[in-house]
Amino acid sequence: MRILNFLGLSILKGALGHWWHQRLTAICIIPLSLWFMASLVGHLRSDHETVVTWISSPVVSITMVFLICGIFYHAKLGVQVVIEDYVHTRGSKLFLLIALNTGALAGALAGVLSIFSITFGTV
Amino acid sequence: MESKPLSPHLQIYRPQLTSVLSISHRASGIFLGTAGLLALVVWLGSIALGPSQYEMTMSFLRHPLMLPLLLLWTGAFYYHLSNGIRHLFWDMGVGFELSTAYRSGYAVIGSTIALTSATWIYAFFEVIVEVVR
Repeated sequence: MRILNFLGLSILKGALGHWWHQRLTAICIIPLSLWFMASLVGHLRSDHETVVTWISSPVVSITMVFLICGIFYHAKLGVQVVIEDYVHTRGSKLFLLIALNTGALAGALAGVLSIFSITFGTV
Repeated sequence: MESKPLSPHLQIYRPQLTSVLSISHRASGIFLGTAGLLALVVWLGSIALGPSQYEMTMSFLRHPLMLPLLLLWTGAFYYHLSNGIRHLFWDMGVGFELSTAYRSGYAVIGSTIALTSATWIYAFFEVIVEVVR
Protein backbone atom coordinates (compact mmCIF):
# COMPACT_ATOMS: atom_id res chain seq x y z
CA MET A 1 0.00 0.00 0.00
CA ARG A 2 2.84 2.33 0.81
CA ILE A 3 4.31 2.00 -2.69
CA LEU A 4 0.88 2.74 -4.22
CA ASN A 5 0.63 5.79 -1.96
CA PHE A 6 4.03 6.98 -3.08
CA LEU A 7 3.15 6.63 -6.75
CA GLY A 8 -0.05 8.62 -6.28
CA LEU A 9 -2.36 5.62 -6.67
CA SER A 10 -4.05 6.21 -3.35
CA ILE A 11 -5.58 9.37 -4.68
CA LEU A 12 -8.09 10.45 -2.07
CA LYS A 13 -5.48 10.73 0.64
CA GLY A 14 -3.11 12.88 -1.37
CA ALA A 15 -5.56 14.80 -3.57
CA LEU A 16 -5.54 18.04 -1.58
CA GLY A 17 -1.75 18.07 -1.24
CA HIS A 18 -1.42 17.33 -4.94
CA TRP A 19 -3.77 20.21 -5.80
CA TRP A 20 -1.84 22.68 -3.64
CA HIS A 21 1.58 21.58 -4.86
CA GLN A 22 0.41 21.97 -8.46
CA ARG A 23 -0.64 25.60 -7.80
CA LEU A 24 2.37 26.52 -5.67
CA THR A 25 4.85 25.19 -8.25
CA ALA A 26 2.85 27.00 -10.96
CA ILE A 27 3.18 30.34 -9.15
CA CYS A 28 6.92 29.76 -8.57
CA ILE A 29 7.74 28.84 -12.17
CA ILE A 30 5.80 31.71 -13.79
CA PRO A 31 8.58 34.31 -13.19
CA LEU A 32 11.38 31.70 -13.36
CA SER A 33 10.36 30.29 -16.74
CA LEU A 34 9.77 33.77 -18.22
CA TRP A 35 13.25 34.78 -17.07
CA PHE A 36 14.65 31.56 -18.56
CA MET A 37 12.90 32.01 -21.90
CA ALA A 38 14.16 35.59 -22.24
CA SER A 39 17.72 34.59 -21.29
CA LEU A 40 17.65 31.59 -23.63
CA VAL A 41 16.62 33.68 -26.63
CA GLY A 42 19.33 36.20 -25.67
CA HIS A 43 21.91 33.39 -25.82
CA LEU A 44 20.78 31.80 -29.09
CA ARG A 45 24.00 32.76 -30.88
CA SER A 46 26.36 32.50 -27.90
CA ASP A 47 29.34 30.17 -28.07
CA HIS A 48 30.08 27.53 -25.41
CA GLU A 49 32.37 29.75 -23.34
CA THR A 50 29.80 32.56 -23.10
CA VAL A 51 27.01 30.17 -22.09
CA VAL A 52 29.23 28.53 -19.44
CA THR A 53 30.17 31.95 -18.00
CA TRP A 54 26.48 32.93 -17.96
CA ILE A 55 25.28 29.77 -16.17
CA SER A 56 28.27 29.72 -13.75
CA SER A 57 27.33 32.98 -12.07
CA PRO A 58 25.83 32.19 -8.64
CA VAL A 59 22.49 33.93 -9.24
CA VAL A 60 21.91 32.19 -12.57
CA SER A 61 22.95 28.69 -11.44
CA ILE A 62 20.90 28.84 -8.22
CA THR A 63 17.85 30.24 -10.04
CA MET A 64 18.20 27.53 -12.67
CA VAL A 65 18.34 24.77 -10.02
CA PHE A 66 15.09 26.12 -8.53
CA LEU A 67 13.55 26.29 -11.99
CA ILE A 68 14.53 22.69 -12.80
CA CYS A 69 13.16 21.34 -9.49
CA GLY A 70 9.94 23.36 -9.71
CA ILE A 71 9.26 22.64 -13.35
CA PHE A 72 9.93 18.88 -13.16
CA TYR A 73 7.73 18.55 -10.06
CA HIS A 74 4.97 20.60 -11.74
CA ALA A 75 5.22 18.46 -14.89
CA LYS A 76 5.15 15.25 -12.85
CA LEU A 77 2.00 16.35 -10.99
CA GLY A 78 0.31 17.44 -14.22
CA VAL A 79 1.03 14.32 -16.28
CA GLN A 80 0.00 12.21 -13.26
CA VAL A 81 -3.52 13.71 -13.35
CA VAL A 82 -3.80 13.00 -17.08
CA ILE A 83 -2.77 9.36 -16.51
CA GLU A 84 -5.28 9.06 -13.65
CA ASP A 85 -8.06 10.53 -15.80
CA TYR A 86 -7.54 8.62 -19.03
CA VAL A 87 -5.80 5.31 -18.21
CA HIS A 88 -8.25 2.90 -16.64
CA THR A 89 -6.36 -0.41 -16.65
CA ARG A 90 -4.64 -0.94 -13.33
CA GLY A 91 -1.54 -2.51 -14.88
CA SER A 92 -1.00 0.23 -17.48
CA LYS A 93 -1.68 2.89 -14.87
CA LEU A 94 0.90 1.41 -12.51
CA PHE A 95 3.44 1.09 -15.32
CA LEU A 96 2.91 4.66 -16.56
CA LEU A 97 3.06 6.13 -13.05
CA ILE A 98 6.33 4.31 -12.31
CA ALA A 99 7.73 5.47 -15.68
CA LEU A 100 6.58 9.04 -14.95
CA ASN A 101 8.14 9.15 -11.49
CA THR A 102 11.39 7.59 -12.69
CA GLY A 103 11.58 9.87 -15.72
CA ALA A 104 10.82 13.06 -13.78
CA LEU A 105 13.37 12.21 -11.08
CA ALA A 106 16.04 11.20 -13.61
CA GLY A 107 15.42 14.34 -15.69
CA ALA A 108 15.57 16.70 -12.72
CA LEU A 109 18.71 14.99 -11.43
CA ALA A 110 20.40 15.17 -14.84
CA GLY A 111 19.52 18.85 -15.11
CA VAL A 112 20.74 19.77 -11.62
CA LEU A 113 23.96 17.73 -11.99
CA SER A 114 24.64 19.42 -15.34
CA ILE A 115 24.30 22.84 -13.70
CA PHE A 116 26.66 21.76 -10.88
CA SER A 117 29.14 20.44 -13.39
CA ILE A 118 29.00 23.64 -15.47
CA THR A 119 29.25 25.86 -12.39
CA PHE A 120 32.06 24.04 -10.55
CA GLY A 121 34.21 23.82 -13.64
CA THR A 122 34.39 20.08 -14.18
CA VAL A 123 33.86 20.91 -17.85
CA MET B 1 -8.51 4.30 -5.88
CA GLU B 2 -11.55 4.72 -8.16
CA SER B 3 -13.26 7.25 -5.90
CA LYS B 4 -11.49 10.39 -7.11
CA PRO B 5 -13.64 12.45 -9.51
CA LEU B 6 -12.40 12.12 -13.10
CA SER B 7 -12.66 14.38 -16.13
CA PRO B 8 -15.81 13.90 -18.25
CA HIS B 9 -15.49 12.06 -21.55
CA LEU B 10 -14.81 14.58 -24.25
CA GLN B 11 -16.64 12.83 -27.09
CA ILE B 12 -20.09 13.73 -25.79
CA TYR B 13 -19.48 17.47 -26.12
CA ARG B 14 -19.75 19.75 -29.15
CA PRO B 15 -16.40 21.59 -29.35
CA GLN B 16 -16.64 25.15 -27.99
CA LEU B 17 -13.97 27.78 -27.34
CA THR B 18 -13.92 26.95 -23.64
CA SER B 19 -13.62 23.18 -24.08
CA VAL B 20 -11.01 23.48 -26.82
CA LEU B 21 -8.91 25.79 -24.61
CA SER B 22 -9.34 23.36 -21.71
CA ILE B 23 -8.05 20.31 -23.60
CA SER B 24 -5.30 22.44 -25.16
CA HIS B 25 -4.06 23.21 -21.65
CA ARG B 26 -3.52 19.50 -21.07
CA ALA B 27 -2.08 18.88 -24.53
CA SER B 28 0.39 21.77 -24.23
CA GLY B 29 1.28 20.65 -20.70
CA ILE B 30 2.05 17.11 -21.84
CA PHE B 31 4.11 18.40 -24.78
CA LEU B 32 6.09 20.85 -22.59
CA GLY B 33 6.52 18.31 -19.79
CA THR B 34 7.84 15.50 -22.00
CA ALA B 35 9.53 16.66 -25.25
CA GLY B 36 10.15 20.17 -23.88
CA LEU B 37 11.85 19.05 -20.68
CA LEU B 38 13.81 16.37 -22.55
CA ALA B 39 15.18 19.11 -24.84
CA LEU B 40 16.00 21.28 -21.81
CA VAL B 41 17.99 18.48 -20.16
CA VAL B 42 19.79 17.59 -23.41
CA TRP B 43 20.71 21.27 -23.90
CA LEU B 44 22.02 21.60 -20.29
CA GLY B 45 23.82 18.26 -20.48
CA SER B 46 25.55 19.20 -23.73
CA ILE B 47 26.84 22.43 -22.15
CA ALA B 48 28.24 20.34 -19.27
CA LEU B 49 29.86 17.85 -21.67
CA GLY B 50 31.85 20.44 -23.60
CA PRO B 51 32.11 22.77 -26.62
CA SER B 52 31.80 20.14 -29.37
CA GLN B 53 28.73 18.51 -27.79
CA TYR B 54 27.18 21.94 -27.28
CA GLU B 55 27.79 22.90 -30.91
CA MET B 56 26.26 19.59 -32.03
CA THR B 57 23.10 20.21 -29.99
CA MET B 58 22.81 23.80 -31.18
CA SER B 59 23.30 22.92 -34.84
CA PHE B 60 20.61 20.28 -34.43
CA LEU B 61 18.24 22.81 -32.83
CA ARG B 62 19.09 25.39 -35.51
CA HIS B 63 18.28 23.00 -38.35
CA PRO B 64 15.45 24.41 -40.54
CA LEU B 65 13.38 21.26 -39.94
CA MET B 66 13.41 22.06 -36.20
CA LEU B 67 11.84 25.50 -36.72
CA PRO B 68 8.19 24.33 -36.73
CA LEU B 69 8.82 22.27 -33.59
CA LEU B 70 10.48 25.22 -31.83
CA LEU B 71 7.60 27.47 -32.89
CA LEU B 72 5.17 24.90 -31.46
CA TRP B 73 7.27 24.77 -28.28
CA THR B 74 7.27 28.55 -27.71
CA GLY B 75 3.55 28.71 -28.59
CA ALA B 76 2.75 25.87 -26.17
CA PHE B 77 4.86 27.55 -23.48
CA TYR B 78 3.08 30.92 -23.70
CA TYR B 79 -0.32 29.28 -24.07
CA HIS B 80 0.16 27.07 -20.99
CA LEU B 81 1.53 30.06 -19.05
CA SER B 82 -1.34 32.41 -20.00
CA ASN B 83 -4.07 29.82 -19.55
CA GLY B 84 -2.41 28.68 -16.31
CA ILE B 85 -2.80 32.20 -14.93
CA ARG B 86 -6.47 32.06 -16.04
CA HIS B 87 -6.77 28.81 -14.04
CA LEU B 88 -5.18 30.44 -10.97
CA PHE B 89 -7.89 33.14 -11.08
CA TRP B 90 -10.58 30.44 -11.25
CA ASP B 91 -8.93 28.75 -8.26
CA MET B 92 -9.48 32.00 -6.34
CA GLY B 93 -13.12 31.95 -7.42
CA VAL B 94 -12.76 34.77 -9.95
CA GLY B 95 -14.09 34.78 -13.52
CA PHE B 96 -16.58 31.91 -13.56
CA GLU B 97 -19.36 33.81 -15.41
CA LEU B 98 -19.75 32.41 -18.92
CA SER B 99 -19.14 35.79 -20.58
CA THR B 100 -16.01 36.36 -18.45
CA ALA B 101 -14.77 32.84 -19.25
CA TYR B 102 -15.10 33.61 -22.97
CA ARG B 103 -13.41 37.00 -22.64
CA SER B 104 -10.48 35.58 -20.62
CA GLY B 105 -10.28 32.79 -23.22
CA TYR B 106 -9.84 35.31 -26.03
CA ALA B 107 -7.32 37.19 -23.85
CA VAL B 108 -5.31 33.95 -23.49
CA ILE B 109 -5.30 33.44 -27.28
CA GLY B 110 -4.25 37.06 -27.78
CA SER B 111 -1.45 36.93 -25.23
CA THR B 112 -0.18 33.62 -26.67
CA ILE B 113 0.06 35.11 -30.16
CA ALA B 114 1.59 38.38 -28.88
CA LEU B 115 4.22 36.76 -26.63
CA THR B 116 5.15 34.09 -29.21
CA SER B 117 5.56 36.75 -31.93
CA ALA B 118 7.57 39.01 -29.60
CA THR B 119 9.91 36.12 -28.75
CA TRP B 120 10.53 35.22 -32.40
CA ILE B 121 11.00 38.86 -33.42
CA TYR B 122 13.52 39.19 -30.55
CA ALA B 123 15.27 35.98 -31.65
CA PHE B 124 15.55 37.05 -35.29
CA PHE B 125 15.85 40.79 -34.69
CA GLU B 126 19.20 41.18 -36.47
CA VAL B 127 18.03 39.09 -39.42
CA ILE B 128 14.82 41.14 -39.67
CA VAL B 129 16.76 44.43 -39.54
CA GLU B 130 19.07 43.09 -42.27
CA VAL B 131 16.16 42.14 -44.53
CA VAL B 132 14.33 45.43 -43.98
CA ARG B 133 17.50 47.35 -44.77
